[in-house]
Amino acid sequence: MAPVKVFGSAVFANAARVMACLEEVGLEYEVVEVDYTAKEHKGPQHLSKNPFGQIPAFQDGDTMLFESRAIAKYVLRKYSKPAQVDLLREGNPEEAAMVDVWTEVEAHTYLPAIAPIFYECVVYPARLGTSSNQKVVEESLEKLKKVLDVYEANLSKNKYLYLAGDFFSFADLNHFPYTFYFMTTSHASLFDSYPSVKACWGRLMARPSVKKISDGMVLRA
Amino acid sequence: MAPMKVYGWAVSPWMARALVCLEEAGVEYEIVPMSRCGGDHRRPEHLARNPFGEIPVLEDGDLTLYQSRAIARYVLRKYKPELVKEGDLEGSAMVDVWMEVEAHNIEATLWPIIRHCIIGQYVGRDRDQAVIDENLEKLRRLLPVYEARLSVCKYLAGDDITAADLCHFGFMRYFMATEYAGVVDAFPHVKAWWDALLARPSVQKVMAGMPPDFGYASGNIP
Repeated sequence: MAPVKVFGSAVFANAARVMACLEEVGLEYEVVEVDYTAKEHKGPQHLSKNPFGQIPAFQDGDTMLFESRAIAKYVLRKYSKPAQVDLLREGNPEEAAMVDVWTEVEAHTYLPAIAPIFYECVVYPARLGTSSNQKVVEESLEKLKKVLDVYEANLSKNKYLYLAGDFFSFADLNHFPYTFYFMTTSHASLFDSYPSVKACWGRLMARPSVKKISDGMVLRA
Repeated sequence: MAPMKVYGWAVSPWMARALVCLEEAGVEYEIVPMSRCGGDHRRPEHLARNPFGEIPVLEDGDLTLYQSRAIARYVLRKYKPELVKEGDLEGSAMVDVWMEVEAHNIEATLWPIIRHCIIGQYVGRDRDQAVIDENLEKLRRLLPVYEARLSVCKYLAGDDITAADLCHFGFMRYFMATEYAGVVDAFPHVKAWWDALLARPSVQKVMAGMPPDFGYASGNIP
């Protein structure tokens, strides 16, 4: 059986999301580079895999998928050995619901606050040669602080080790790529004011899957 | 078994996402109406349910959930798992793909258009045609992909309706009430898909609580 393929390297946060899940289930996979600067993701070959021209895309035999969170869930459902890895908790409706809640929060509340900081401080200067838009950075930091206030309260009030409860889940893993990139900026120390969040982040970063993928997340200009 | 409770204002497209899934699931539920202009979502009793101060919130016994898609998945998994194609690896992946497409592309594109075309006039906000045009452009690039998809299957995840289709309802409802409905109508398979959604009893029931002006003109300010 040919290994599954991820189209787009770990430098792309959403590809890293998928790869962290592949590492968690211990499945062999192949990474196919997509040349972003050459706009390969908008070319016909990539569009046949991801019709919206985004990274990543994914192939498992005849199954072609796109959207990193959809790919990740497919991988976790198909390849998890339940005794070892149960990041979705789909056998337990209440737990699965909490995993979904915090997965949605990451996508729609956390990400819009944290991602612009990374893009302004690292990506745009590297790719476009521009200096960071300080107004965007300041506004995003204010938004992020309010979000982290809620995360901190949730973790410390419930004395949870992880976001959805006392179990590590897909919800925590989803926070990895963009938080990792945020931590490469000069604003990383913001997390020092949120001890429970910082501790949760430490647990996430300590996972072999996350350590391995983050090693490949070196932004090349 | 006590009915589920859904907190929020029925005109909200996020609320509609949850409600249409509750209707499809055939679950007994009650809406606990909240006032957006009265700031109910920022009061301590609501923050205790959803610390992010948003709606909808679902209460099912001891379980309190927020984020409309998390609510949708929970309700459907529990009462109508075929609508998330549970147990079908490829099928459930397609449901997830198109729920993600909606989440990251459709809502973000339609909402600014809806805000400027419908809501703005009632809340003293000048219509920003540049914002509308920018998002219409994005929509015009998204719709051909939808058209291609819906040309090969009747619904987004396959030939049966699923959560992926239902999750589009709320925002589509209001966009199609703007002067730009023709942008969607220009794509025959997308139009047919939308008409099929509109024909569903669940959709009609939820739509009855969603006047095209969000209730502003009749004084029922959300």
